[in-house]
Amino acid sequence: MWTTRPDGQLAVRSGSRRLFDLRGTLTGPYDCRGMAIQLPGLTTGCGLRHYLRTVTVIATESLSKRFPRVTALDRLSVDVGPGVTGLVGANGAGKSTLIKILLGLSPATEGRATVLGLDVATKGGDIRERVGYMPEHDCLPPDVSATEFVVHMARMSGLPPAAARERTADTLRHVGLYEERYRPIGGYSTGMKQRVKLAQALVHDPQLVFLDEPTNGLDPVGRDEMLGLIRRIHTDFGISVLVTSHLLGELERTCDHVVVVDGGKLLRSSSTTDFTQRTAILAVEVTDTDEHPDGTDALREVLHARGIDTHDGSGLPGAGHILLLTAQGEETYDLVRDAVADLGLGLVRMEQRRHHIAEVFTDSDEQAARDAEAQAALKDGDEQRKEAVGHGG
Amino acid sequence: MAVEQPQAQAQAHAPAPAPARAGEQTRIHNIGYRNYDGPRLGRAYARRSLYSQSLRGAYGLGRSAKTKVLPMLLFVVMCVPALIMVAVAVATKANDLPVDYTRYAIFMQAVIGLYVASQGPQAVSRDLRFKTVPLYFSRPMETVDYVRAKYAALASALFMLTAAPLLVLYVGALLAKLDFTDQTKGFAQGLVSVALLSLLFAGIGLVISAVTPRRGFGIAAVIAVLTISYGAVSTVQAIAYEQSSSDAVAWLGLFSPMTLIDGVQTAFLGASSAFPGGAGPSTGEGVVYLIFVLGLVAGCYGLLLRRYRKVGL
Repeated sequence: MWTTRPDGQLAVRSGSRRLFDLRGTLTGPYDCRGMAIQLPGLTTGCGLRHYLRTVTVIATESLSKRFPRVTALDRLSVDVGPGVTGLVGANGAGKSTLIKILLGLSPATEGRATVLGLDVATKGGDIRERVGYMPEHDCLPPDVSATEFVVHMARMSGLPPAAARERTADTLRHVGLYEERYRPIGGYSTGMKQRVKLAQALVHDPQLVFLDEPTNGLDPVGRDEMLGLIRRIHTDFGISVLVTSHLLGELERTCDHVVVVDGGKLLRSSSTTDFTQRTAILAVEVTDTDEHPDGTDALREVLHARGIDTHDGSGLPGAGHILLLTAQGEETYDLVRDAVADLGLGLVRMEQRRHHIAEVFTDSDEQAARDAEAQAALKDGDEQRKEAVGHGG
Repeated sequence: MAVEQPQAQAQAHAPAPAPARAGEQTRIHNIGYRNYDGPRLGRAYARRSLYSQSLRGAYGLGRSAKTKVLPMLLFVVMCVPALIMVAVAVATKANDLPVDYTRYAIFMQAVIGLYVASQGPQAVSRDLRFKTVPLYFSRPMETVDYVRAKYAALASALFMLTAAPLLVLYVGALLAKLDFTDQTKGFAQGLVSVALLSLLFAGIGLVISAVTPRRGFGIAAVIAVLTISYGAVSTVQAIAYEQSSSDAVAWLGLFSPMTLIDGVQTAFLGASSAFPGGAGPSTGEGVVYLIFVLGLVAGCYGLLLRRYRKVGL
């Protein structure tokens, strides 16, 4: 993640990261990160950090949104703390609807929600002053430069002209736009446009940003850079992030916490480590040597002998050369390393495989089935919906 | 980020380096991320900023050179006849200007129509077409603020376009030493008339432009509604006049924006009507005209609000 930073300022920054984080939360009259934690007696950094983790940035309580024909959100109750939170769901799962409600732009049919401690139903304007939003779709006029556009958006957020210009220059630099920011946006690549969209969401120094599918349309390198940038929004800038995606795999690396929704319902909300620990799959690729003309096969046998089941990932790219195995814990890594070393093979790669959202749905399928049994007494409509959720993946 | 060069190594050997220099080495000053703790000026400021940005945009200021051409050209075209009239009046020592203040806008209505058709879509269609609107509404600004800022900006731009030649006429008239009271009264009536015209035309232009994100359609539709309706109404009025039904002439004037303004200024602002036969509406009919104009302005505003309520995110 750190290597993606394009301006090479990384080494200097990372050392002071934590301190900066703290200072960011403590200074500034408009700083809600500070507001929420002004408890008497809480003066030490440790206590503060601890408290920060327990404070809620977004809270919804049986939040529902029904349109005449569709139920976009169905009694969604979720608490989101500071940090980077991923909101995962298939298209039409209710992600964008949720963001609209949280911005105070669309009233919920029932239930309530708070953002930064402010009620979305009554304090929409206050929320929008402290929150940034990066939409999923294209939203940039092609005939103005990034600087002009972001300055204008900063002023729309209430920044005085001089501050708007200064913040624009800063923010564009932070998202990695340099000389090109003076050229019309029409000539930008998709990656650069995404950075401009991100810059306009950050330019007024919000306490929380909603990023709707920020990696859409990016190539793998652009995707990695964007994910690194998102991570930095929290670690360096001290801004909490709610990022949506339909790919669990890419959020896994970036987020502290992942919320999975489907059909407007909460499927799962847990910290990212829970996800990875439960379902870590390793992909291993080795070289062939004269001694072992088929290195992959040799390794498979050795691992099998040591009690690890592997499969060859048929159907995936590189099938036949890549071994997939389920990691039980830290010791699995050591085992593979030793096995490879003993055989004298070269280890080309050993990496965690990204999970597809389908895996989560498969897991929750079982959960839903159990729930359905337990609540069999409930009325039919309810059960049907559960079934629908179960098969959503 | 700034890099400071180290002081020459020789300095280290200097017998007594100044204490301030002691720790100086190559340093990379990374500014890092800075939080903003300055003022946030809120909705009213955002609305004003959007207003001034849109108003400047209506004359291509702060935008590319290409976009300046048409509005500036139309502005010049609008003012040139006034300059010529003034020159003629001064040179011939005429007793009066060749055209009334209130008549000038009707005289130049094709130019005004073109201006509304080009700048109305520019003001609102771009935001809709490039889907920039959600970015505004994800900020403290509300629908009302956006609509008011855009409406006010286009109306102001139109007012500048229509009032500038009147100012030229007025200054010229004073230079030609025409009667001051007469001219001032005429000028004031002219200003009220073009103010009303600006509000009405801006409203109609924006509503039509806001319906279509395509600029081309917007331009065509605005020209159709403003200019063609005037042609149609004038023609039907002429026929009615030939049939000598002067009542019909007055009521027909309600059906195009320009004849509406004409009717109002004939009834209340001492203008001579451009209707066939010069028979404008009476004061009683003029009230209906005024209500129509104000109703249209309010209607356009309401429609714009409704339009943007739907756009949301």
